[in-house]
Amino acid sequence: MHIIESGNVAAANGVKLARVQVVAAYPITPQTPLTEKLSEFVDAGEMDAEYIPVESEHSALAVCIAAASTGARAFTATSANGLLYMNEQLHWAAGARLPIVMCVVNRGIGAPWTVWNDHQDAISQRDTGWIQLYCCDHQQIIDTVLKAFYLAETVSVPVMVCYDGYILSHTYMPFEIPEQADVDKFLPPFKPAYALQSGQPANLNTVTLPDVRPDVRGDMAPGYMEIRHNLHTDMRDAIEVLADIDQKFAGVFGRNGNPYIEEYRCDDADFVAICLGSLSYHLRDVVDILREEGLSVGVMGLRLYRPFPDQAVRAALSRRKGVVVFEKALSYGNQGALYADIKSALYCTAEKPAVHNYILGLGGREIKTDQLVECFRNSCRHPETIDDEPQWIGLKM
Amino acid sequence: MNQDIIKIRWHGRGGQGAITAAKIVANAAFVSGYTGVVMAPTFGTERRGAPVLTSLQISKQKIYDLSPITQPDMVVVLDHLIVEEVDVAGGLKPGGLIIINSSRHPDDFDFNGMKVATADVTHIAGEAGLPTGIVNTGIIGAFAKASGLIDMETLTRAIEDEFKGKHPEKNSRAARVTFENTIVGGN
Repeated sequence: MHIIESGNVAAANGVKLARVQVVAAYPITPQTPLTEKLSEFVDAGEMDAEYIPVESEHSALAVCIAAASTGARAFTATSANGLLYMNEQLHWAAGARLPIVMCVVNRGIGAPWTVWNDHQDAISQRDTGWIQLYCCDHQQIIDTVLKAFYLAETVSVPVMVCYDGYILSHTYMPFEIPEQADVDKFLPPFKPAYALQSGQPANLNTVTLPDVRPDVRGDMAPGYMEIRHNLHTDMRDAIEVLADIDQKFAGVFGRNGNPYIEEYRCDDADFVAICLGSLSYHLRDVVDILREEGLSVGVMGLRLYRPFPDQAVRAALSRRKGVVVFEKALSYGNQGALYADIKSALYCTAEKPAVHNYILGLGGREIKTDQLVECFRNSCRHPETIDDEPQWIGLKM
Repeated sequence: MNQDIIKIRWHGRGGQGAITAAKIVANAAFVSGYTGVVMAPTFGTERRGAPVLTSLQISKQKIYDLSPITQPDMVVVLDHLIVEEVDVAGGLKPGGLIIINSSRHPDDFDFNGMKVATADVTHIAGEAGLPTGIVNTGIIGAFAKASGLIDMETLTRAIEDEFKGKHPEKNSRAARVTFENTIVGGN
């Protein structure tokens, strides 16, 4: 069934269909309507879950960590400074290998205070050990929430489902709500390898010594560094697992999600724009305009940011003349984070495309089609003339 | 690039229900075959009573640019006093249409040759049994009459779906009576 609703409502419906058992959240714009909707579902008896209101985002994730430790399917959502307030618990959830799913409704970070969209919140948390998936429209939001639980529970790594604040969260568009029976066919119940039980107290994630040593049963237990190595290798394996899950999703729902990169007019393109989130759909119109002018261009939306699908990125970009990275986030004093990742992925290729970096849309600064057209056109016409410094779009100085 | 997009800007006041009105039209448009529908409220400080606006784009194809519209084909104004506070005709395409909730005749308005349609939605909605100031369903009737985009039957169903359990008949009656009493001015 198709409905016309906001991106937040799309996410809430995904959470409901995933049969989430525990929701803990603290309201923050522009995430609030998502968790309000979930509390309505629980209140109306449409969702068999505990909704636990908390006094902060730190507690929201702490509740999810506790719930997931007992084997419950847990969900939270936040934005911007709320995500930052969770930071310590983000690392904990990943280190404890708990398959929590969280929607990050992307918003700029204060100070100065802003409620509008950019990607600095999620990008600044990229090294917490969470998988990060990005969405371009409401169908992708609801579908990605379902895939996220499957992925998280398969690799025991928590997942952020990121989508643009306001641009997607508060915009209404049609999307299909999957049938519960199909979702149940796709997403098996959460069966943890170990679950805390009230009759059997246990210490979890206590002080771990620098070196390996025998545990209470006399078996050699991994030390801190082995545990970190396992997290890293399981994150790398998650790249393949995501493709399998995407395939299975397509088998049930008939929608192919392009697990790593969603391409538009890229087959013969000499120059390719790449970015995260809904901007890649906006850039489709820009590509059409530049194609009319005779330029050989295409656009790619990167769906998976962490773990970084470097092989797929390399395969998609290595033989292009130029790659243009549009970013709504910045590693201050250096470059856009995605730009650095893409250059790194291309470093070992024989023929390296020119790579340009544009920073735009910070704190909700309007992104105009004609600005995108001009910058992308400029990069195509003069691929070698722009230096490694990021260029700013729409800066009024 | 999808250039076959009809762009409609809705002006109202915070709390007046312009977003709900645009959402109802979006639903009716989708049912009528416009599979590309995007409704994007403009956000910031939408305190009650302050002028707010909402973008609605409808198309037979998927819409990829979700930016707020700057050059609408039509403008719908839920409160005639907004005309004095906000440049409601700003960016309107030549030959564009402005639909206003007003007891005045369209000829009383001058928007540089833009087509104007008016209906006294405030009065009609009150007659239909809605509380004073609830105009967001009535104005849909004026939109239907002046734009001719979506038939009144589909809009009536969309209104009654939206207001299930919240006086659906009064709301749809407000729209139907407004439809009959909308005056469309000359160019």
